[in-house]
Amino acid sequence: MQSIKSAKPKQTSTSCLAPAFRWAAYAMLLFASLASAQNTPIISGALGFLDSKNTGINFFQPVAAPVVVAPLGKHLLAESRFDLRGFYEPKNGTSGPYQGSFIGSTQYLQLDYLASDKMTFTAGRYLTPFGTYNERLTAIWIQKFQDAPLIFPIGTRTTGSSDGAMVRGVLVAKPLFHIDYIGYFSVSSSVAQFQAARAAGDRVDIYFPTKRLEIGTSYARFLQGTQNNSTGVHLWWQPYRFPLDVRSEYAHGPHAAGYWVEAGYRLSQLGGPYSLFGRLEPVFRMQQVFRNSPGPGDGLPAANTQQADFGLDYHFPHEVRLNTSYSRKFSATGNGNIWDVSLTYRFLFPMWRGHQ
Amino acid sequence: MKKKHSTWKHLPLPLIVFSLGSWLTWAQAVKPAPKNAAPSEKSATTVANPGERAFKANCARCHTPPEQLSPRITGTVLRHMRVRALLSPQDERDILKFLNP
Repeated sequence: MQSIKSAKPKQTSTSCLAPAFRWAAYAMLLFASLASAQNTPIISGALGFLDSKNTGINFFQPVAAPVVVAPLGKHLLAESRFDLRGFYEPKNGTSGPYQGSFIGSTQYLQLDYLASDKMTFTAGRYLTPFGTYNERLTAIWIQKFQDAPLIFPIGTRTTGSSDGAMVRGVLVAKPLFHIDYIGYFSVSSSVAQFQAARAAGDRVDIYFPTKRLEIGTSYARFLQGTQNNSTGVHLWWQPYRFPLDVRSEYAHGPHAAGYWVEAGYRLSQLGGPYSLFGRLEPVFRMQQVFRNSPGPGDGLPAANTQQADFGLDYHFPHEVRLNTSYSRKFSATGNGNIWDVSLTYRFLFPMWRGHQ
Repeated sequence: MKKKHSTWKHLPLPLIVFSLGSWLTWAQAVKPAPKNAAPSEKSATTVANPGERAFKANCARCHTPPEQLSPRITGTVLRHMRVRALLSPQDERDILKFLNP
């Protein structure tokens, strides 16, 4: 259950949720109304149905994850992503009728100021930019595996989102390499939908576009309660010659360290990416977590854990994707099997007709 | 203990199948592309359009391209991607031309 729980957004009551969404909707509509016709605001995101059987416990999650993006003039951009999901599991653990609850979270609700070609300031609630998984792969229409990596909580505590300010951009952009940077500071918040920890951190990437190779480092300083540091390294490689995706991260936190390596190979060489077999993508992920001291409530496995994930994804037409996977977990607290199936539909529409 | 042993015994099987499948497709991939291949099937290093090259080098690293993209929203999508993917100014211009020629 550990890996699933780490990926789940924090549960909040629906009564707390409504005002947050209402204010968010008002803000987005205000921004949208000021956008120019060429940059029509969009509503994007995905609908999904997730099924998981984790060490004998089966549960379902219908999910809606809308994204709203609205430009405001030449230099401002308002964007947000919400995650609304039901969580249904057997009343008695492994048997009995299913009972459900509603979980909603605001993953980001931010205003970006495009100060120059190489610098953007962000204020509001944003995804904590530690490592690559949280910012790039948590969207349900992007992720190749339904479950987040085991080390996901390192550097992203407490909710994966931060409330505060961020500066990000491109430091150097040459044809052969780019150097990107991100720096951020977050305040502590216990407001429903906007829970965050007081923290600060940075990420620096070097990207070689001709090789599609990226190496980067992350740092986060947790500034509330017992202060501590988290560090991380990531490496991505996606060669042009064949459709292989290799993504990996290593992270070290105050009580544990670990890594994950994921490889996906879309079989697009078999008749093209839109052929019957070209839509298939076998994926594999290996991950390990090494506990060096107890860290209650840190979201990580309680003992040393290693897990192998085998997936088979199918990219249907019209932005529909089927992800299936089997995972085998080995841990001192108990071994287990995890079976996941998810169906997602990604959408992208202009918010209104606008002008061509 | 016996159960754990049998699990380990069967674990390599999917790995072997996956490796074999990947190797077979890789073996096909390293063959030279036919001269009349569609632009989308060529490797990015041989793509003449700088916008398409920039798209593959940035946006396509995380997600597949959307099947349809209205010209009305290309500016919005690109601005979103600029923030998310830390696009360089040149890449931003090239991708905009590519998405909205």
